[in-house]
Amino acid sequence: MSIAWGHYNPEHLFDEQITGGQVNSTGGDHMSIAWKDYNPDQLNDELIDDQGIPRPAAQRLIEHLQSLDENELESRRKFSEVTIQEMGVSFTVYTEEGNIDRAWPFDIIPRTISEKLWNKTAAGLKQRLKALNMFISDLYGEQQIIKDGIVPEHLITQSKNFRPECIGMKPAHGVWAHICGTDLVRDSDGEFYVLEDNLRVPSGVSYMLENRAITKRVLPELFEKDNIKSVSDYPDRLFDMLVSLSPRNIKRPEIVVLTPGIYNSAYFEHAYLAQQMGTELVEGNDLVVADDDCVYMRTITGLERVDVIYRRIDDLFLDPEVFNKDSALGVPGLMRAWLAGNVALANAPGAGVADDKVVYAYVPDIIRYYLNEEPLISNVKTYLCDDPQQRQYVLDNLDKLVVKPANESGGYGMLIGPHASKAELAQFAELIKADPRNYIAQPTLNLSTAPTLVGKGCVEPRHLDLRPFILQGKEVYVTTGGLTRVAMKKGSLVVNSSQGGGSKDTWIVKEETN
Amino acid sequence: MLSKLAERLYWMARYIERVENTARLVSVYDHLLFDLPQEVGISWYNLIILNGAEPLFLDRYKNRDERNVVKFLLADDSNPSSLLSSIRALRENVRTSRDLLPQETWEIVNELYIFARDNIKQGINRSRRNQFLEQMVKRCQQINGLLNGTMSRDAASQFLSLGCNLERADMLTRLLDAGAAALLGDLDTDLNIQEVVWGNVLRSSSAHMSYRRTVRSAVRDRDVVAFLLEDPHFPRSFQFCLNQVRDASGNLPNGGEVIRCIEKSLRAPYDLSKSDALGAKFREYLNQLQLELNEVHTCLSESWFPSYERSVI
Repeated sequence: MSIAWGHYNPEHLFDEQITGGQVNSTGGDHMSIAWKDYNPDQLNDELIDDQGIPRPAAQRLIEHLQSLDENELESRRKFSEVTIQEMGVSFTVYTEEGNIDRAWPFDIIPRTISEKLWNKTAAGLKQRLKALNMFISDLYGEQQIIKDGIVPEHLITQSKNFRPECIGMKPAHGVWAHICGTDLVRDSDGEFYVLEDNLRVPSGVSYMLENRAITKRVLPELFEKDNIKSVSDYPDRLFDMLVSLSPRNIKRPEIVVLTPGIYNSAYFEHAYLAQQMGTELVEGNDLVVADDDCVYMRTITGLERVDVIYRRIDDLFLDPEVFNKDSALGVPGLMRAWLAGNVALANAPGAGVADDKVVYAYVPDIIRYYLNEEPLISNVKTYLCDDPQQRQYVLDNLDKLVVKPANESGGYGMLIGPHASKAELAQFAELIKADPRNYIAQPTLNLSTAPTLVGKGCVEPRHLDLRPFILQGKEVYVTTGGLTRVAMKKGSLVVNSSQGGGSKDTWIVKEETN
Repeated sequence: MLSKLAERLYWMARYIERVENTARLVSVYDHLLFDLPQEVGISWYNLIILNGAEPLFLDRYKNRDERNVVKFLLADDSNPSSLLSSIRALRENVRTSRDLLPQETWEIVNELYIFARDNIKQGINRSRRNQFLEQMVKRCQQINGLLNGTMSRDAASQFLSLGCNLERADMLTRLLDAGAAALLGDLDTDLNIQEVVWGNVLRSSSAHMSYRRTVRSAVRDRDVVAFLLEDPHFPRSFQFCLNQVRDASGNLPNGGEVIRCIEKSLRAPYDLSKSDALGAKFREYLNQLQLELNEVHTCLSESWFPSYERSVI
């Protein structure tokens, strides 16, 4: 007899096979999650409203999760761990004992956002990046915005990320920041706010793609029923954008991804994106700038011309001839080749001038100035410590505010006032007084939460943010959703993976119209 | 194709073969233990000698017994060619050349790594060693099957072929050495024991059936050696591997130097007609072959791999 495929029920695929038959999948006496008891204490949950009822975009998801008993849910959580290990999704944590490759921390319950809200947000993100690129072009050109008194001159003269070497350069399409990762948070009014823009070498997009791949394996039934928008076109759009930058007008320009190497915390992503785009992944010593100021890569047939470099190396390590002389990661002469217009760099050197957290405070004005439009997404209220009046307010209210240094990333060097000790508050007061220009402060928001699996059958609210990725070359593109990061510790607001954060798949869901 | 990637693929293929053949090598001695009468003592330490690993081994261990030898060959971190070290190196090379390989490669290699790491004790303890070694061989074959079945025959696959066949040829000489070594010394060389030893060498190369069909005789020492060294059709024979290296070089740009180097190595076949042909002299000859293979390696590195500074993987 052949196998009776008609009786093969994929619903049961996860129990017996994955956990070795220990799970009783037929018994009805196992509890499913008690959603009644799920209590988002701040009443700002993205999936469940304050009556304990699923929001429309989350309805099918919650119904489905309710149909799974706690053992089934637990076995799926375990399956996601196995999947992550087998797919080799990892990130590197730097510690004193050396670098540790950790499995990607992942929560299987997706975060849902309605398509309507997302479309509005996406339009705002495009608007923002367009304006930021006009701003950067202006700074390295006429500096009209300073002459017109919209932003103060010290934004440039004192910025760590302004590169005088780039003055006068005119990259293709007037775009400097080609790939932008913008961090969004949702306040209790349901609106998204921009927390920061990452215009240097933003990372995380590969995890957005991998999160979806994992979820498709762990909750396959939902992709049949629910109207979840696909995220998979990102590598193609990235490739198209890079091609649009090529200085040579040829059919197949040579695109490469430049990585600092396997010991970089984001190496997984560099390799992943190169593979998805079908481009070479190179390190600095694979490239050479010849006497003709063109960039070549060393291949088995000799030197081959390179047109576009998607670089994942910080500005200061790009070219030892111009920047950090000890950098072994970069390529001597790369700036020469770029300034001569023989190679495109994405993002362009110097683009980071606009992701300074002080510049951030001016972005709404920047949008109005260049586009003559009102910003579609708002900033979080921001106090500039450089301004005497605002500084005094910050010093007087330190215990209620979040203080951030202007040029740090990864959540390092931050003060979260309400959670800080007296000593920490005093220390930050001194830091601010010593170098006011380097600090900004923001009110603590009532950050949104989403249900997160924190133990067997146990779901609790956890805070989250969202990092969509925006591409600009000839055209502008926004990812469908983005990377949702979760603070896995109860009550915590820190979502960075290097500091105990996890992540979730992000679903943009088309709500049914009935 | 980037020179550095070519080099990584070459080493990746070498490490797959090294993992598989280390498992095969250990399994020869493992099987001998079942098949030989108890009074025939064979020395596990032969496996250390023929891998040229004596100094390294003696640094770590006093006792030259089975447990230490197997531990050294399979699990020891201080041995860069141990099965586990080779899998780590394989994984690192795959991790850094993912964009050239079929997508599933990384997953399968990672699974191999996780399995070997978690079950290495089974390989060391005799009771489940055989199952463990079989798993290693099967999983390596799975990787090679994936590569053979889904990679286009572009430059990347030529470098895989170079690495695979060069390592396979090298490991074959060590496998033959293992057989010859087992029969040296005070052993009563009665025909039956020879048959057991060479039969196991054949089986561990998965060559048993091909040998039967091709040679059409019982398992006789010199016939076995001749088959494994010279058969032009069996994919694990020395001759076949060298032909593959030559063909792959011919398919790549600037392969002339490597082809000349190989043709030099092929020139002097070993005379197997004398009755003492498989004695000490044979082992010297095998050693010579290993040196020549190393020359081929040097030659192809100069032809295709960059001489600039690079991180060692």
